[in-house]
Amino acid sequence: MDLSQALRMVSRSDAGMVRSHNEDAVFFNAAQGMAILADGMGGYNAGEVASGMATTLLGSELEKAFQKTGPHQVDVSGKLHSHSVLEAEIARANTAIYQAAQSQPQYAGMGTTLVVALFYDNMLTVAHIGDSRLYRLRGDEFHAVTRDHSLLQEQIDSGMITAEDARHSQNKNLVTRALGVDPVVEPEIRDYDTMPGDVYLLCSDGLNDMVEDEEIALTLQALSANLDLAATQLIQTANDSGGRDNVSVVLVRIAREYPAARGWWARLLQWFK
Amino acid sequence: MAAKLILSMDGLVLKEIPLSKERTTIGRKPHNDIQIDNLAISGEHSVIVTILNDSFLEDLNSTNGTYVNGQPIKKHFLQNNDVVELGKYKLKYINETPTQTTAADFEKTMVLRPDLMKKTVEQTAAKSVSMSDTQVGMKAVDTQTGMPPPAVAPAPAAAAPPPQAMPMGAIQILTGANAGKELELTKNLTTLGKPGVQVAVITRRPHGYFITHVEGANMPVVNGVALDAHPRELKDHDVIELAGVKMEFFLKG
Repeated sequence: MDLSQALRMVSRSDAGMVRSHNEDAVFFNAAQGMAILADGMGGYNAGEVASGMATTLLGSELEKAFQKTGPHQVDVSGKLHSHSVLEAEIARANTAIYQAAQSQPQYAGMGTTLVVALFYDNMLTVAHIGDSRLYRLRGDEFHAVTRDHSLLQEQIDSGMITAEDARHSQNKNLVTRALGVDPVVEPEIRDYDTMPGDVYLLCSDGLNDMVEDEEIALTLQALSANLDLAATQLIQTANDSGGRDNVSVVLVRIAREYPAARGWWARLLQWFK
Repeated sequence: MAAKLILSMDGLVLKEIPLSKERTTIGRKPHNDIQIDNLAISGEHSVIVTILNDSFLEDLNSTNGTYVNGQPIKKHFLQNNDVVELGKYKLKYINETPTQTTAADFEKTMVLRPDLMKKTVEQTAAKSVSMSDTQVGMKAVDTQTGMPPPAVAPAPAAAAPPPQAMPMGAIQILTGANAGKELELTKNLTTLGKPGVQVAVITRRPHGYFITHVEGANMPVVNGVALDAHPRELKDHDVIELAGVKMEFFLKG
């Protein structure tokens, strides 16, 4: 099922003003309703390798997996197909990055954050690891959908530090989960309903560390009619504010509803409910 | 480099105390890490919890209270140069940003292993003694490059607003029903026009104001020339035509 009429997607990725190379990687496929963003870490170019592996591997594997069975269908185990595929493919990508890091000395210790958004059947499934985020703009409301897997978020949760103080913390850069650093990783996978008019933003911490949430919201509200310009503007704002880190964004606007095409028996079942 | 406290009374420096432990207790009784033998200080007065580069001060229900920069606190996230007051004693919190590594290294994302967190804290503390120690708890992914682990990152200034040195821009409507009205461009983004018909955005950047086309079949016109898809810098007294309305951009003194 081609979703490109229902979903408008754009992406931008920039090295920023300070870093010499870009360790972020992005991937999207509007027709299949998927967007992936990864922020790599590791010495030399290992960060780029990790984030590049994550987006390329997941991108192609997810495309393949959903061609046979739609993400909205339920597996024999009673799980949504999207969830089982995400779990399996993230585990595979994790193993691939972990093994590359173990076998090649120049890649030792590399890893990456990950945020994957899958749009299907008027809903969204988000899987994330680390501190790359997914935000949602719905009407005037703009907030982060994902919660960072970071030391700082844990400190906020435990009440040690307020969200306001967190902006000044020196522990911003410590993530508690990452793809490819351990033999196993646990992604956080959640489902949300989407509505026509929603704008979703996947971003690396280079954006949300440099630009206040209100400023991001203002940009998306003002420019949602022109997603390309909105994405360019977000990168520019981050760079104008210092651009200390790589900054990447994927923007997704829901143009109209996109219910999954179901067989006659499913529709019949629906009718009897 | 670990954070430290400078203990003083009446402007006289008494001693310097590195915050090398996860918990540094302050009080009158001898078992405290920082003992202040004065009756105004409670037996267990307050505690400083240090996690990597961040320190938190907590008052332990002391009789006379703990003050930071003149304000009584129960719990406080210490910032460089904060002055903690206990009775007549002052403790200045120093957590200076190092200069020996380049800015780009500070904010590199690193993975923290929660199970090894405690060790990390000790390791961080131990670093003040020997900088060559590698960190165990934190996966210091920079080890390949031989860089010192970027443990002492400076607090990145949160989204610095654009410098205010630039004069404020404003728009004055020249034609139509709103002729004569003025609009100050105080926000970083100001949209003009009619949604669905023709919209342009004026962005405020550190080095000036720029106008860009957002939506609509017609492009905005500046000084008689239609824009292309790229932003155009606005100069004082430029005339903009948008959705049939003329307006002038100007800079306020």
